[in-house]
Amino acid sequence: MSYFNPVEVLDRERLEELKLERLRNTVDRLYQTVPFYRKKLDEVGYSPGDIRSLEDLRHLPFTTKDDLRENYPFGLFAVPLRDIVRIHASSGTTGKPTVVGYTSSDIRTWADLVARTIVAAGGTKEDIVHVAYGYGLFTGGLGLHYGAELLGATVLPVSGGNTKRQVRLMVDFGSTILCCTPSYALNIAEVMEEMGMGKEDIRLKAGIFGAEPWSGEMRREIEERLGLSAHDIYGLSEVVGPGVSIECEEKNGLHIFEDCFIPEIIDPSTGEVLPPGQKGELVFTNINKEGMALLRYRTRDISRLIPEPCPCGRTHVRMERVTGRTDDMLIIRGVNVFPSQVEAVLMQIPGLSPHYQLVVDRVGSLDVLEVQVEVSPQIFSDEIKELEALQRRIADEIQSYLGIGVKVRLMEPRSIQRSEGKAVRVIDKRRI
Amino acid sequence: MKVRQISVFLENKSGRLLEVCRCLARAGVNIRALSIAETADYGVLRLIVDQPDLAMDALSRELFTVSETEVIAVEVPDRPGGLAEVLEPLHEANVNIEYIYCFVEKSGESALVVFRVEQVDQAISALQRAGFTVLPGEKVYNI
Repeated sequence: MSYFNPVEVLDRERLEELKLERLRNTVDRLYQTVPFYRKKLDEVGYSPGDIRSLEDLRHLPFTTKDDLRENYPFGLFAVPLRDIVRIHASSGTTGKPTVVGYTSSDIRTWADLVARTIVAAGGTKEDIVHVAYGYGLFTGGLGLHYGAELLGATVLPVSGGNTKRQVRLMVDFGSTILCCTPSYALNIAEVMEEMGMGKEDIRLKAGIFGAEPWSGEMRREIEERLGLSAHDIYGLSEVVGPGVSIECEEKNGLHIFEDCFIPEIIDPSTGEVLPPGQKGELVFTNINKEGMALLRYRTRDISRLIPEPCPCGRTHVRMERVTGRTDDMLIIRGVNVFPSQVEAVLMQIPGLSPHYQLVVDRVGSLDVLEVQVEVSPQIFSDEIKELEALQRRIADEIQSYLGIGVKVRLMEPRSIQRSEGKAVRVIDKRRI
Repeated sequence: MKVRQISVFLENKSGRLLEVCRCLARAGVNIRALSIAETADYGVLRLIVDQPDLAMDALSRELFTVSETEVIAVEVPDRPGGLAEVLEPLHEANVNIEYIYCFVEKSGESALVVFRVEQVDQAISALQRAGFTVLPGEKVYNI
């Protein structure tokens, strides 16, 4: 196994010591410098020096996205603005954007984290890293960019969109590692095939895909069509951006870089920390960040921690790939449904394309879930009874896996909008 | 003796049939016969054309979902009871008919009917034994 930073294989005992020391420093510093945290910590009766073990973390207050919005734009920064060298922000489509600031030391730490992820995906300084994440306020593009440069690889800062040009650059420059969202990777594969090319025309060996939940079936499809090894990368701008965790060659969970982030799994309804191995909401505490460090930030992502040691040799704990978010969970007639669950069912049916959309509506007082799928030439039958049988089969499989009845609508190819970043999987027309 | 039929998947949206026809027109393909089977959300357009290869190419290039099916074209006497006479031998040979539709043009004094059956070869020999004319593809494309 190769790794980028020796801290990735630090023995557990020393890692726990490092975490405790950094946690203590972080909490005490936030108490002194961020009025928001001083107030919150006072409310739970905290005084500096109270952190004696990592167990004490569970007594600290949570931070939520709303806290970031209420302190918009710079209220949670822990250093004066003159020490901030970079600002990123979320798109703010559902309200005020969330803003994050980095010191120059933070930028170096972040680049180090991303370099670790590229090496975990099999990258070296010999690689040509094709960054098709968006550049700008979004952390994806610049995050991967700085990490790849620190590693010494050759970076192609293509950014998102203009998919035909992506394919041409990939062919002409011989990109070996592709970084983008999984849905965009599929879009690239599709456009490549339409341009009359296939995986034999490109040199990709690995993909670093993240920023949206995806299924194992979708991974296999991407690997097959682009001829690469796909690695799930996880991160969120509030915590740092991409580089919080990554799948190693074992592809059995993502290593969380614990020298920088302490993960917890909580019950999203009670806030209680769940026992090891249980599934719940992921919570992160920054312990190696200056510009903005968050205590127990609630990600709304659902996962579980895998405490067993990984055969790859990295000692850092793994998290299961995120299968959904507490806020993109649909409640259909009282049943919890995640788009990724529907995706997993669809991808098990041969010939169905991974492009799908869920439309939720309320007819009278009843929720109706329509699953839109595209009819590829491979599964198209000339006979209506065959097409109806296909619709029934999809509906039956979803019924048996998820326990809800759905209406399946067959669509023409390319009629479901293609993703150039995060795919839109759900359209909720209910007015509640 | 088999005829190549091209089927196109169409969502029930206005203008889709027009787009298929425009695509074929640009490719210089002439439609010989057609039928549409429909449900509430989508339909299947079935076509017999003069140049099947050209049509398949043009439609696939424009990303229509297309497939090819083998059908048979039979001359049916153009008088009362004509179709019944043709169905008789198929029934006796236990051939199950999925759907049929007619050509606009006639072949001499007879109407031309397209049959989609489960057992194509069985149907052809049953019809020929009963004395009906089953037209080869080349002849159908060039009517």
